[in-house]
Amino acid sequence: MKQILKVSVGFLITALVFTSCNNDKSSKSNSALSSSAAEKVYVAPGEYDEFYAFISGGFSGQLSVYGLPSGRLFKVIPVFSQDAEKAWGYNEETKPMLNTSHGFIPWDDSHHPDISQTNGVVDGRYVYINANNTPRIAKIDLTTFETTEIIEIPNSAGNHSSSFVTENTEYVVAGTRFSIPIPQRDMSIKDYKGNFKGALSFLKINPDNGEMAIKFQLLMPGFNYDLSHPGRGKSHGWFFFTTYNTEEANSLLEVNASQNDKDFIAAINWKKIEEYVNNGGGTKVPSKYAHNLYSDETHTATSTMMDEVLTVNPLDVPGAVYLLPTPKSPHGCDVDPTGEYIVGNGKLSANLTVHSFTKMLDAIKNNKIDGEAYGIPILKFEDVLAGSVVQPGLGPLHTEFDGKGNAYTTFFISSEVVKWKLGTWEVIDRKPTYYSVGHLMIPGGNSGQPFGKYVLAMNKITKDRYLPTGPEVTQSAQLYDITGDKMELLLDFPTIGEPHYAAGCPADLIRANSKKLYELGKNKHPYAAKEDADTKVTRKGNEVHIQMTMIRSHFSPDNIEGIKVGDKVYFHVTNLEQDYDVPHGIAMIGANTSELLIMPGQTETFVWEPKEVGVWPFYCTDFCSALHQEMQGYVRVSPASSNIELSWSLGEDF
Amino acid sequence: MKTMLKLFSLLFISLLISCGGKDEKKKESFSYEKKTTNETKAPVKTETIPASAKVDLTNKGIGPISSVVLNAEIDQAMVTHGQEIYNKMCTACHRPNKKFIGPAQAGVMERRTPEWIMNMILNPEEMVQKDPLAKELLAEFNGAPMANQNLTQEEARAVLEYFRTLK
Repeated sequence: MKQILKVSVGFLITALVFTSCNNDKSSKSNSALSSSAAEKVYVAPGEYDEFYAFISGGFSGQLSVYGLPSGRLFKVIPVFSQDAEKAWGYNEETKPMLNTSHGFIPWDDSHHPDISQTNGVVDGRYVYINANNTPRIAKIDLTTFETTEIIEIPNSAGNHSSSFVTENTEYVVAGTRFSIPIPQRDMSIKDYKGNFKGALSFLKINPDNGEMAIKFQLLMPGFNYDLSHPGRGKSHGWFFFTTYNTEEANSLLEVNASQNDKDFIAAINWKKIEEYVNNGGGTKVPSKYAHNLYSDETHTATSTMMDEVLTVNPLDVPGAVYLLPTPKSPHGCDVDPTGEYIVGNGKLSANLTVHSFTKMLDAIKNNKIDGEAYGIPILKFEDVLAGSVVQPGLGPLHTEFDGKGNAYTTFFISSEVVKWKLGTWEVIDRKPTYYSVGHLMIPGGNSGQPFGKYVLAMNKITKDRYLPTGPEVTQSAQLYDITGDKMELLLDFPTIGEPHYAAGCPADLIRANSKKLYELGKNKHPYAAKEDADTKVTRKGNEVHIQMTMIRSHFSPDNIEGIKVGDKVYFHVTNLEQDYDVPHGIAMIGANTSELLIMPGQTETFVWEPKEVGVWPFYCTDFCSALHQEMQGYVRVSPASSNIELSWSLGEDF
Repeated sequence: MKTMLKLFSLLFISLLISCGGKDEKKKESFSYEKKTTNETKAPVKTETIPASAKVDLTNKGIGPISSVVLNAEIDQAMVTHGQEIYNKMCTACHRPNKKFIGPAQAGVMERRTPEWIMNMILNPEEMVQKDPLAKELLAEFNGAPMANQNLTQEEARAVLEYFRTLK
């Protein structure tokens, strides 16, 4: 008995010693690991991040600007959704930006930002991004970080295989996800097959100012066009689109669009079609679409309704369009930096399919045709295949490249990023994501020259990763270091909306060009008050126009009388400051709109329709100086029948 | 009788109220430690001369301007240019001949060096933090900051020439 006791005490002691030792060790190594990850993402106060990341806002409709590696959020650029904070879509100047052929639309679903390129390298001039729901493409100017253009895409629905740029920003593409009747007409949904079409739009970019114009729309068979990427280097001049629902099902696609063993990647020789169009080819068809432009000089947007578009039947341009069979319902369509490999991320396939551009040209040359779809030649799978990554994971969605011969693919179902080698197709590393990763981004990843230092994974599900916030939890991204053989998870950070694609580039490309203010002398807003002498209040019937200025810390005028119930009062407010980071805001009690947030040298307008007699205050909403709380004013509102003349003043003896 | 009186006084009061709507007479206001605006009053102590009235013809201020040469003759073309810039960029807060948000410019050439004036225009953030006179001015004008309107040196020089004509 005693012995047993002794033995067991001895055992207990040894066990204690061992376990405590183990505990010590593991906690030490853990903290050493996490501190090195922390150092890699730590950007000291006052210092700058190395990269800008432009992350799509998904169903928020916006574009967010983050710094990498810190994951700090700098700005949410309003694009397709109204933003009361910045008066986007609320002030008179920007309402036309959200105009469409369907009228004013306050929201959209923003998906795939892409940075403009010169000679195959991101140049940091513009970001283009697509609206998925009511098809549009927006241009964001990276000198002001403002949306300066939105063009609607007619004959398109679910504008998803967009908005990717070619290597000299010759074109931005906008491919339809849903095929539809073109032109739209009243017909039975059951007659989809063979009758619906999928429009792939090529938007020509003006090299001087980045402005977009629809050059042509290629009317393809009625498949779903999911994603796309441009050829580059040797494949420059081609564009590649993944397709699914080549079954042309119109109901229960979950089942009915997964019947075919292979769908296609459509290879489009846009240079050939451009030449055809330049020589007078194509058919002009009536199509209504809005083209909205914002001017930094008038600080005002204009919306022009266009009425026709040039369409091209692929059969009219022989040798311009081929279909590459790709297993099964491929999602992402990604081209490596050399332009040789085209990756089809077959989301229901066990293997990852990679096509070879060289082999494709060879197959075309040697006429290795394996049938046709509505007259479009289908190339033989084996003759275009470069190789397969065998069973790398479940549910591949997107691939990016590091410029060192490696590819990184996200797997939605198995929640991981897998690193593999181009050419040998061997898997090198895999790291879990938390959870269900969608897109991923390496700065410059969609170009000939990626900056392969980090990969950013954007997740669809975050469940237990953050403090809970009720049923709706945060969206998030995860940053990995990819400089070594093995990837290292560095950071989780929350994002706005559900991030789809993102685009990144070295901060130096953009920082030096970032505008600090708008020059007052160049302000051409029709109601600008560029100096105090310009301030006035004028009446046209029941429309009253107040031309007001703001500077630290007063409005001029700040006392206004002679406004009547039933008037429509336009506050045109100019910020006279000509210094960096001195915006002012203005808000009026009871105005059925947002505040204005006005940058130095800018003019913005809000409308107020006073409904009640009284004296109503307005004030500055952006803390501007020690006297910010004093920055306020009053408007006297008299009965509609009143004959009080308009008068305005600043200071007692003004 | 009592009720009649009550009714009458009620009627009287309501009449008074309804009269008040349109042209409200100035209500009696109050004053609590209000600053005296009358500057002709002899100061009790010599130290209370406001910064805007102080004369300092040696301080050149802090900023890009270290020396300004003023020709004996005023350059009229430059004055016109300077006045245009002043009207555009400065009148939101300044009036030439009276105190507004900031001080009046009339006579400023007799109180300040040309370098100080140009540095105040070109480098106001640093001036109000470090220059003793500028600091005092900021306090005198209730902390209303002198805004940097990003004038070029050439523009600030033209404004200075305009100031020479303000007496």
